Amino acid sequence: MALESATKVVQALLPAGKEYVCVIRLHGDVSESRLREVVNEFAGQIYQRPPLRSSVKRRVRIREIYYIELNEVEGRNGLLRVGCEAGTYIRKLCHDIGEVLGCGAHMRELRRTRTGPFKEDTITNLYDLVDAYHFWKEDGDESFLRKIIQPMENALEHIPKIFIRDSAVDSLCHGANLTAPGIVKLESEIKAGDLVSIFTLKNEAVALGIAKMSSQEMYTSNHGVAVEINRVLMEPGTYPPMWKKHDRSEEAEE
Amino acid sequence: MVERFLPSDKKREMLQKANVVTNPEYGTPPNERQIEDYIKNGIVNIDKPPGPTSHEVVSWVKKILNVKKAGHAGTLELPSEA
Repeated sequence: MALESATKVVQALLPAGKEYVCVIRLHGDVSESRLREVVNEFAGQIYQRPPLRSSVKRRVRIREIYYIELNEVEGRNGLLRVGCEAGTYIRKLCHDIGEVLGCGAHMRELRRTRTGPFKEDTITNLYDLVDAYHFWKEDGDESFLRKIIQPMENALEHIPKIFIRDSAVDSLCHGANLTAPGIVKLESEIKAGDLVSIFTLKNEAVALGIAKMSSQEMYTSNHGVAVEINRVLMEPGTYPPMWKKHDRSEEAEE
Repeated sequence: MVERFLPSDKKREMLQKANVVTNPEYGTPPNERQIEDYIKNGIVNIDKPPGPTSHEVVSWVKKILNVKKAGHAGTLELPSEA
């Protein structure tokens, strides 16, 4: 859950990979080795059509199962752990496993154990949240809140990062695109068209955007739009507006 | 324990383009934000109880932490639905 200004990063979590643990209930009896064999067939790319009750268009699409494990079997119940691409329907996956087995199956229980960078190790509950808040308000102890609440930057760990110089920050906060000279350091595997996140050298998130160049091009270029900004995350004025004379004239030449 | 990796877990290399530093006079590293600011730019990973809707949980968290706005990143489909 994202608070106040951090709400803007929620969109960055939607395309992130997920992990689920579920119980699959078979409609017939199958040997454990046969079940394991079929489950393993579903690793890699699979076809899925979204179910009736879904908000997306119901056409067959490909999704990737990064890993699928059968952790336990008890009679007709199996415990599966699945790492998958965003938009994978686990219910449909269980159904399809049942189809391949021949006896049919359905998903009995489901728990999401990972959303992009967030795993179960940082999970909390409402009771702990209430307590943490009171420790702060009543005792002046911030430490519990600081442990339970994470900076929104943590929600962007799975997205390729580009770090910029201080002088480039404020113009991005006003919606300007990022040009190549503003870049100080960047991940090496960015392709044009990728979603990227832009950070200050203090590791603060500035904005999200779509890369217009590859990492190599961004690295070697002295001009041109490197990233088209589509979401500003930082308040304008956090960094002072610094329009260096020579940067300005480079932009004017575009 | 088996390590389970999503594509984004892959180690990523950085290219250093320029050697500049950041001015400590403005901006703040995320973990050093003042607490009110820290909360207002924060994320909470909540184990949602099965009864209430995500919408209800969001409104409870807003009340507990006294924030005006909040959003969530996804709900689970219910196995009992058709």
